[in-house]
Amino acid sequence: MSAKPTRRGLLRSVAAATAALGMPISIATRPTPISAAPADMRAAIKRITGGAEPKFGRVKLGIPPLSENGNTVPITVTVESPMTAQDHVKAIHVVNEKNPQPHVISAWLGPRAGQAMLQTRARLSDTQTIIAIAQLSDGSFWMDSTSVIVTLGACLEEPI
Amino acid sequence: MSRAIIRVSSNARKGEVLTVKTLIEHKMESGFRYTSKGERVPRDIITTFVAMWDEEEIWRADLSSAIAANPFVAFTTVATNTGTLRVTWSGDNGFQVSEEMRITVT
Repeated sequence: MSAKPTRRGLLRSVAAATAALGMPISIATRPTPISAAPADMRAAIKRITGGAEPKFGRVKLGIPPLSENGNTVPITVTVESPMTAQDHVKAIHVVNEKNPQPHVISAWLGPRAGQAMLQTRARLSDTQTIIAIAQLSDGSFWMDSTSVIVTLGACLEEPI
Repeated sequence: MSRAIIRVSSNARKGEVLTVKTLIEHKMESGFRYTSKGERVPRDIITTFVAMWDEEEIWRADLSSAIAANPFVAFTTVATNTGTLRVTWSGDNGFQVSEEMRITVT
């Protein structure tokens, strides 16, 4: 780095200093360790994996970082896999952190799908972390997590 | 009766990976809302989504209250043979709706 302080360099050192102080910093939330998740979310993940710890990688969870409307938040999950009879994705699960229930969707697929892809639209009650978990044919679990900011949560509607 | 839509190419080459997009009209009442009198509105959601190619199940999903109203689900499948793609949504209160589409594979 040159002697002249750059904006990027400054941001980096501020981020490093903040992290060193143990302060939460929003841009550093990815990836979120499962150990940091609330108990019911951890329980939901345990139900999916049977206690195995999913590894980060192979899974790509796509959600817009900011959603004005929590009633319909587009979610795309893709998993890197050749999708052959020997090596394929068996299931894709999505869980959330702060809704009244942690489960969002679970999909079961196989080599017949050609690709491991799932797209849907979720309801999110609040700004939170979403986790996608893939179960592979060899029994391993892979995951991705992302934070999403929700301006108007799905549960804040007027009572009907 | 809920309207259901399947959007997929009706002609495909053998071995081609098709993206199937589906949409169904359903309120997906979460069971976590209350009336102005404080009574909980009972849950009424679609819980299961199954896609069949002729007699073979090709893709399945379990849906929760966290799925948005008028559920949209998209997935992929390999075009193996000319056949009928049939998608069935089922859920609370005996809800069951199917929609199908003929796909010609050459």
